[in-house]
Amino acid sequence: MKKKIVSVLLASAMALSLAACGAKDAADTAAEETAAVEEAATEAVEAAAEEVTEEAAENVEEVAEEASADLEGVMSYADYAAADLDTEVTVVTYVQAHQSWWDGKVTVYTQDADGAYFLYELPCSEEDAAKLTEGTKIKVTGFKSEWSGEVEITDSSFEFVEDGDTFVAEAVDLTDKLASEDLVDYQNQKVAFKGLTVVARESGNAVDYKYDNSGSHDENSDLYFDVQDADGNVYTFTVESYLCDNTTDVYAAVEALKAGDVIDCEGFLYWYEGANPHITSVTVE
Amino acid sequence: MRKIFRFLPLFALILSAAVSLSGCHASGEKKSFQMPESFDTSKDIEITFWAKNDTNKAQTTIYEQAVEDFEKIYPNVSINLRFYTDYGKIYNDVITNIATNTTPNVCITYPDHIATYLTGNNQVLCLDDLISDPKYGLGGSDVAFDAPTKTEIVPKYLTECYIGDKLYALPYMRSTEALYMNKTYVEKLGFNIPDTVTWDFIWEVSEAAMKKDKDGNFAINGQNVLIPFIYKSTDNMMIQILKQSGFDYTTDNGEVLLFNDDTKKILQEIAVHAGTRSFSTFKISSYPANFLNAGQCIFAIDSTAGSTWMGPDAPLSDICSDDIIGGIDVIVKEIPQVDVNNPQMISQGPSICVFNKADPQEVLASWLFTQYLLTNEVQIPYAETEGYVPVTQKAQESDTYKDYLKRGGEDNTTYYKIKIEATKMLLDNIDNTFITPVFNGSASVRDAAGQMIENTTKSMRRNQTVDDEYFAKLYDDINSLYRLDQLGASLNAQEGEKPDLGPLPLGAKALIITLISVWVLIILYFCYMKIKGKRDN
Repeated sequence: MKKKIVSVLLASAMALSLAACGAKDAADTAAEETAAVEEAATEAVEAAAEEVTEEAAENVEEVAEEASADLEGVMSYADYAAADLDTEVTVVTYVQAHQSWWDGKVTVYTQDADGAYFLYELPCSEEDAAKLTEGTKIKVTGFKSEWSGEVEITDSSFEFVEDGDTFVAEAVDLTDKLASEDLVDYQNQKVAFKGLTVVARESGNAVDYKYDNSGSHDENSDLYFDVQDADGNVYTFTVESYLCDNTTDVYAAVEALKAGDVIDCEGFLYWYEGANPHITSVTVE
Repeated sequence: MRKIFRFLPLFALILSAAVSLSGCHASGEKKSFQMPESFDTSKDIEITFWAKNDTNKAQTTIYEQAVEDFEKIYPNVSINLRFYTDYGKIYNDVITNIATNTTPNVCITYPDHIATYLTGNNQVLCLDDLISDPKYGLGGSDVAFDAPTKTEIVPKYLTECYIGDKLYALPYMRSTEALYMNKTYVEKLGFNIPDTVTWDFIWEVSEAAMKKDKDGNFAINGQNVLIPFIYKSTDNMMIQILKQSGFDYTTDNGEVLLFNDDTKKILQEIAVHAGTRSFSTFKISSYPANFLNAGQCIFAIDSTAGSTWMGPDAPLSDICSDDIIGGIDVIVKEIPQVDVNNPQMISQGPSICVFNKADPQEVLASWLFTQYLLTNEVQIPYAETEGYVPVTQKAQESDTYKDYLKRGGEDNTTYYKIKIEATKMLLDNIDNTFITPVFNGSASVRDAAGQMIENTTKSMRRNQTVDDEYFAKLYDDINSLYRLDQLGASLNAQEGEKPDLGPLPLGAKALIITLISVWVLIILYFCYMKIKGKRDN
């Protein structure tokens, strides 16, 4: 019996060895063939090198043609601005920032040299959302919509435009335009406001957490604070927690604001029943 | 070598025990709660309470006061109060915490959500035995405050907290939807307002309001913006029209009845008015209150719990005071009806859910606090913060509450006229309210019901073709988006029917065969050695 068990074990070991042998044989064969392959490869490379120059030139032409085809139907910012609400629009734009990805969607602040486009709940994988870094060029198709005065692109789809082109917008100083009717022309752009004074809100607080004027809030609520310009006009600014959460410098800086502080700030000119900038940085003078 | 084989059976026993133990741990199963003989007031107990405050400070203050008062009655109990501004966030956090056994002790939530919490074993406390416990049940002999008895809870509201045949929550507040109507504009358009408004009336007035003046502005308000009819919650819109028409949108056990010609007829009617832009939704345009108060909407349908935002004198507003239109009279009516002789409207509002814990004393403390939330000291002031009604007859029939209802219009805060009118409307219609079936996945079916209205409305605004082919595709898309086709399998599994998972994968089969073979060989060898040992002896 012992002998039989030993036989079975030996047979199993041989079976396993055979599998391993197979792999080893293949490796030996491959080694023998390497020399021949190297020789053939050298000849092939020399021949191919001659063809590469011609093919490269052809490829450049093809890429240019494809890029041109890709941009067919793409609107300029002026076309987009003139388009009716609820019509389909296609734009090529550059990511400036985005809110946190959630459930297959991400809301993106984008801008080109002429104007800004707010992409509301853009369908997107988490992996692609991570690639939507500042300056990234994308082509977006969706519907021009309006919600409480905010003009945005909804129900959209996008693709990356990988031609090496990037654009990062400079914040435009709109301090003097805050009270102006022209302010809406800068909707969703990266903007700056300087020398504004923080004033107490109706609750008596300098800063309130999302709608709640009691001071009670979620751990990562939006922050609301009121600022006054030189003419005494008061505006509500927001730290949108999905854009700048409670781990960011701006969240901490705004939580620490006191009535009377004079601040410079930057952000995106979001709109909700009037200007409601999403602030991304604050400096107390 | 022989010693190793000798210990094999013992090893197998230990291994199987270990596997069993780890299985228990992984399932997170808790023991059912057993009511202790008495509440140990000498033991320090800490519990957590997750609450949702809407939009005003008064609600937060009432919760804080309730906690303070309860801690005075039971000084050994300490309550950690955590506020949320969104029921969805409470739901998400509870689901996350079920996995780690760190749920709160008590939370404010919706029955739809509780149905999902129930997928964790014994996580949610079944209250059937607790409410009738003579000592610590509702209004029990050893409860140290004036709690309502079971019969003092509005029976209909208590019934709403049953999932299947078990009670898994207590009602906390109740509301319904109301029609906030710009009476001034309706009359200016030449219509008499009926006692009970029908859908036909709403559509007719809405279309009439779309007439423009020679400057291209809407004649009724002289502005270039007007959406005569805006609905806040389109899931409720679909559910209520179906119910009023005599159709259910799901069965009690979760079969989806949405995708049929009855629904299509409703969507076709909505499509007509979405196409003329006389109808829109919150998701597409914005809050109905913002348009109503700016004179840009005639019919706004929203919760009675949103009544403090409705009307030009509303205590809460998101729009600039310069944009609010004075001189308009806003009134509150029941939502539009299909049959004026059989009015029906949804019952909604938060409930209270208690979570099971290892320590029965901790659970009892949670249960006592839950009862405290039903006392008049909490129910009346909280109901007064919005267009809610208290869930106990004890509170509804109290002199304090009756006095509050009488004083509607005395000011624009505590006694804000529209808020109290909305409350009275619900109190007059408690018997006309209904709830929808609750099951694991019912929240998704609700979302699907609303999304069909949203999609149809958007498509009409975008001049897309909305025909039979469109609706067939819409049904497919919505079914797939909300995974409603998978709901049946999940529900069958819940009811004890095992879903068909298909044939076992080849790898799994090979592994099982190998394991069985090894064990057979081990046992045979073990027997052989035993026999051989006896022969040798």
